[in-house]
Amino acid sequence: MAIQRLLIANRGEIAVRIIRAARELGIHTIAAHSSADKASLAVRLADEAVEIGPAQAAKSYLNPAAILAAAQATHADAVHPGYGFLAENAAFARAVVEAGLVFVGPDAATIEQMGDKAQARATAQAAGVPVVPGSAGVLRDLAAAERAAEAMGYPLMIKAAAGGGGKGIRVVADAAEFAAAFQAAQREGLGSFGDDGMYLERFIARARHIEVQILGDGHRAVHCFERECSLQRRRQKVFEEAPSPVLDHATRTRLCASAVALAEAVHYRGAGTLEYLYDEASGEFFFIEMNTRIQVEHPITEMVTGVDLLREMLNIAGGAPLSLQQADIHLNGAAIECRINAEDPFNGFAPNIGTISALQWPGGPGVRIDSMLYQGYTVPPFYDSMLAKIIVHDESRPAALRRLQRALQETDIGGLKTTLPLHLALLGSADVHAADYHTGWLEQWLADNPPAA
Amino acid sequence: MATIDIISPLPGTFYRKSAPDAPPFAEVGDTIAAGAVIGLVEVMKQYSELAADDGGKIMAFHIEDGDAVEAGQVVAVLEV
Repeated sequence: MAIQRLLIANRGEIAVRIIRAARELGIHTIAAHSSADKASLAVRLADEAVEIGPAQAAKSYLNPAAILAAAQATHADAVHPGYGFLAENAAFARAVVEAGLVFVGPDAATIEQMGDKAQARATAQAAGVPVVPGSAGVLRDLAAAERAAEAMGYPLMIKAAAGGGGKGIRVVADAAEFAAAFQAAQREGLGSFGDDGMYLERFIARARHIEVQILGDGHRAVHCFERECSLQRRRQKVFEEAPSPVLDHATRTRLCASAVALAEAVHYRGAGTLEYLYDEASGEFFFIEMNTRIQVEHPITEMVTGVDLLREMLNIAGGAPLSLQQADIHLNGAAIECRINAEDPFNGFAPNIGTISALQWPGGPGVRIDSMLYQGYTVPPFYDSMLAKIIVHDESRPAALRRLQRALQETDIGGLKTTLPLHLALLGSADVHAADYHTGWLEQWLADNPPAA
Repeated sequence: MATIDIISPLPGTFYRKSAPDAPPFAEVGDTIAAGAVIGLVEVMKQYSELAADDGGKIMAFHIEDGDAVEAGQVVAVLEV
């Protein structure tokens, strides 16, 4: 049954985005918010608001009992988790359904299956989706490891099977280095995890992060092409574009088809993203993980395909079949998203909070703003630093880059420091214009070009 | 007997421990040196150490572990 009353269990710009999509569908919106978010834009825009706890996320946005109580009290019939917080918490998804409500997302079992990296990798392999080549099973014996390395080829990575936090990892360029590196990694594994079991994985020196947006209704899935999110700082995406500027038609077709195959193999329901590493040198792509939720960078996909992903999510969750056939979805032009964070790029990206004293968003053709800001709003210190996403769309990548520069120059956010100047500086980089980057590029560029006021 | 307030320069969430299962940086009754860390303030998922400018004996914490703190708020009181 179509959703009538939707509780939004999130905050910030994604809560605003969900409210907009729901209101366009005639759904009554209920913003669940912490005490620190009473004055948020989501609360202002929603039909109704309900407080779920104090400022600390652990006691509000991460508190399933408080959210379920709020849903019952406001007679909600569905819960949208947004991204982050409880969006990929299978126990929460299950609790929502057990309370008789619709969870806007996949089944709890699907979240579990794709949330476990080893299980997701096995599921991908079973669906014929390439994963980063690695050794089968745990290696402890040097001679056996050398044979496995020879079979896999170099460069490769040695990783502690029980590893984490970067411990017990060695990158090996060729066979001559292997034995010493393997033994060193074993010693480190033993010291850090009490286990000298190792496995080998292909090392991709200049990996690009490319991800495919999919939609499924539990029976059928379609893709909405890919996004490239290689510009990252501390593993956080900073600047994203759609489509990827480096895929040729044949590779794009194979990549997107593999994502649909995997989505259909798990009978995926809702919006999801399959993340891949792309090795530009060899033209190979490898599945790394799936996000079983809407993503921050979804607007660039909406811009290049014309598909409203949030609307589709809500319709599917309400029980409707996918409204789209694959042949209906076309790539049109290029879109770019810049994340505007409350961080000072001239001071080590220190968090910056304050009250928005002036606010001028860009306008004109092909510009979209997804933001939680309004003039006079005081940014709370308790949550993520992302304030806004500036998104542009144009007929081609070069045109979109020019439009982005124009849009960023029109933007004025007063009262606190943001990463806006970082994005303007990035547009001065020849590598960005040539799309000649990889996941390590931005940190290297920042080291080589320290932002100066 | 003089007392000095240790004030958080930042708003955010105050923690008395470096990790949920770690011991507190300092307890009431402890004598600490100038520059000693007494807690962390989390602002937008980044952590800053809160240190005492002067040495002394901790008389009280006014903000508990995991509680919200405002910029300028007294976190702890030292007897110097």
